[in-house]
Amino acid sequence: MNIKTLPQKVLLEGGKIYNPVSNKLEKGNLFIVNGKIASEDKSQTFDAQAIDCKGKIVTHGFCDIHVHFREPGREDKETLETGALAALAGGFTRVCVMPNTNPPLDTPESIRFIIEKGESVPVHIHPIGAITRQQAGKDITEMGLMKNEGAVAFSDDGLPVQDGSVMRRALEYGSMFDIPIINHAEDKCMREDGVMNEGPMSTRLGLSGNPTIAESSMVHRDLALGEMTGGRVHVPHVSTAQAADHIKEMKKTNNKVTAEVAPHHIYFNEAAIEHFDTNLKVAPPIRSEFDRKALIEAVKKGVFDCIATDHAPHTIEEKEASFDLAAFGMIGLESCFGAVNKVLVKENGLALSTLIQMLTINPRRIMGFESDLFQTGIQAEIVVLDPDEEWLFSKTNIHSRSKNSPFINETLIGRPVITISKNKIINNE
Amino acid sequence: MLTHKHLLGLENYPSKDIQAIIDTAFQFREVLDRPIKKVPSLQGVTIVNLFFENSTRTRISFELAQKRLSADTVNFSASSSSLKKGESFKDTAQNIEAMKIDAVVMRHPAPGAPLHLTQFIDAVVINAGDGTHEHPTQAILDMMSLQEKFGKLAGLKIAIVGDILHSRVALSNIHGLQSMGAEVTLCGPTNLIPSFVEDLGVTVNSNLDEVMEWADALNVLRIQRERMGSALLPSVREYRSLFGITEERLANHKKEIVIMHPGPMNRGVEIDSQVADGGQAIILDQVLNGVASRMAILYLLCGEKPEDGNA
Amino acid sequence: MNQKQLLDEKRLGQTIIRLSHEIIEKNTTPGDIALIGIHRRGVPLAKRIQNQLKSIAQIDVPLGTVDITFHRDDFRERLVMPQIKGTEIPFSLDGKIVILIDDVLFTGRTIRAAMDVLNAFGRAASIQLAVLVDRGHREMPIRADFVGKNIPTHEGEHVSVLIQEVDKKDAVILTWDGE
Ligand SMILES: [Zn+2]
Repeated sequence: MNIKTLPQKVLLEGGKIYNPVSNKLEKGNLFIVNGKIASEDKSQTFDAQAIDCKGKIVTHGFCDIHVHFREPGREDKETLETGALAALAGGFTRVCVMPNTNPPLDTPESIRFIIEKGESVPVHIHPIGAITRQQAGKDITEMGLMKNEGAVAFSDDGLPVQDGSVMRRALEYGSMFDIPIINHAEDKCMREDGVMNEGPMSTRLGLSGNPTIAESSMVHRDLALGEMTGGRVHVPHVSTAQAADHIKEMKKTNNKVTAEVAPHHIYFNEAAIEHFDTNLKVAPPIRSEFDRKALIEAVKKGVFDCIATDHAPHTIEEKEASFDLAAFGMIGLESCFGAVNKVLVKENGLALSTLIQMLTINPRRIMGFESDLFQTGIQAEIVVLDPDEEWLFSKTNIHSRSKNSPFINETLIGRPVITISKNKIINNE
Repeated sequence: MLTHKHLLGLENYPSKDIQAIIDTAFQFREVLDRPIKKVPSLQGVTIVNLFFENSTRTRISFELAQKRLSADTVNFSASSSSLKKGESFKDTAQNIEAMKIDAVVMRHPAPGAPLHLTQFIDAVVINAGDGTHEHPTQAILDMMSLQEKFGKLAGLKIAIVGDILHSRVALSNIHGLQSMGAEVTLCGPTNLIPSFVEDLGVTVNSNLDEVMEWADALNVLRIQRERMGSALLPSVREYRSLFGITEERLANHKKEIVIMHPGPMNRGVEIDSQVADGGQAIILDQVLNGVASRMAILYLLCGEKPEDGNA
Repeated sequence: MNQKQLLDEKRLGQTIIRLSHEIIEKNTTPGDIALIGIHRRGVPLAKRIQNQLKSIAQIDVPLGTVDITFHRDDFRERLVMPQIKGTEIPFSLDGKIVILIDDVLFTGRTIRAAMDVLNAFGRAASIQLAVLVDRGHREMPIRADFVGKNIPTHEGEHVSVLIQEVDKKDAVILTWDGE
């Protein structure tokens, strides 16, 4: 991967342009001048640097609304800078960082810190503020001031808001700001000390199980609270068939509800843990094949608005521990498109256009970002995709500071070849 | 020799290898009856007993087996607090590797830890219990004791009674017994039976008297007293009345049922003293067979040809 | 592979009778004799000698067997599953004149291992060694007290003792490589 300043005039030519707003795929060129989308004018383009996009698809840069960049506090795992490189390698030009840092992003000042620090990195970074102070699940944060500083949503992610009344009050309060409340839905009492999905595999391995109902019951609670309070519930990283069903039902009557699914939950099932690979230890856990299939069906039925990676870097030491003690989480930005394109488009017949919408306009709309990116004058956020390339994902493809990926040695299909973001151009080949 | 280099568990372990271990173990039983109970089979072989949690019985049984085989042994006990750091496990493993140890017998509270160890070292790894996952040497000694008593394993009806969920013995016994052609029923409080365990091909029945009518032998598991009076179990007297192997209950079944227990026993809770010390119990045979079967396992695994071809 | 029969069934039988006579002649208190056959072919040989002692001298001597598998120092050089026949000595060795019996004496390592096993069972008054064939090439200071037939061998030569109970016929055969 090399990263360069974008030449003054760039012409992406010979490829197909996919516009997720109009849902049109057309042969054509994209002209960028001074880092901004420009109209293609022969008198202007003749001296532009041409980039051959033959056989490729040119579309909006991806947006991931659920990443953990560990800054401040655990810069040994990831920083905004290294996380940005991982994002660019995965075709992402815009990310929302979760607040479970040290200290957590639970004040307007800490939101300001991310906004200012994020200005100098080559992707757009938006902080998500904590729902409760110290993410302790008790006292709500200064959501209004934090929103004014740039918080785009609120979440205690990593930790569930266990107390239903706190969740209720947060949704009620948050409804003033029309901003998504994202609850990591795993009932702590039901989850107990579960480290993987409760099922035949956890019984065989002697590992304590985390039952599907730990997620589905809390998702059900949050959806009901959303309906009751008028707040905006966004359900992150749905892992179970039942939770997907609850969301599907609620969406029929409440159009404020949104939901995301993570690549690893539709790519792996619990059988992959057979040899205790700690890179597959994640919360919520990798579920059964039944759940995986149900999630794929739910994607096809439009239950999930977007794909979000839950990119969660950890040090080698935290992952080299035994399975019960290893940290939860895996990185996912670099492998995202190859994984979801393989499973959803190539194996399960989802339209590529739908997948691209789930990576571009849908997440941007949830967070209230500009989503019509091909308008003239907009700062270019572009990805050039080869949707058919089969490639072996390896450590060399990882640009995150951490390497905790279960996708290493997996053959993926489809690859972001070029990413253009914040006046930078990244070539992945 | 044996198909696998290590003994990590009995899931998918070849039945011919289990039988070979048991047959060899019976030969070692003869050695244990000699006035001088020692053979030089593993002279020059160095074995470390790596115990990350306390298990006096298992450790002593292994140590005795190693001494009887003339192996050189080193004991290493690590406090469970040092486990919290993932590095310490790797460091310990790499130290072992550097010290040119031939085999490692490991007890660890984390499922999968022995497999993890094989990724760091070349030595033979023998699992002496990894959390609630497997405890293959216990299952082998249980099977050896059953074979000694019944002359065969195929067709036997074995019930495992008690707290299956927190047991380190149940899974290995299930895998081992099934691969040797025995039938297994699990009997215990329904909330102490792991979910989806029927997927392993066992029957679950919480009616102890029905299970005793069916079974040739009961493997009675220890019930932790600290689980009493929790969300899992209300009281000792209730447990005893539903799942305790009492003298009266045994007498009510007008048949010979062999009683096993992996120890240590809670007399008066899961098993009555009169039963534990009675004629139907083979609990002390299990202890003796534990040494013999661990001798057989060490003998067969540590006899693997070294890669450079020199002994 | 070439071969030559050195003893047939009849000569082998005569050899066992002669060995039995020698055992009685050498030991003035035949009542203290105990026979120990080394697995595998030492065991049927010991059984036959036991029968001979009974018919020649009308004495009943106890018979035991030893399996030296667990005592072999070359264990780690082999890849096959050991065929363990078991050691069975159902009497006390203390004060006994033990006659250790095997088919072929070669390097001496088997005999050394067998004596280790005997030591684990008690303190014999003496241990004597009877073999059907001594083919030389000792690697240890061990000598047989009773030898059926000395067959000095060269490299590439091999002596096979066949015993009815194990091999369905009695014979001693020399085999060697080449033309
Ligand atoms: Zn989360």
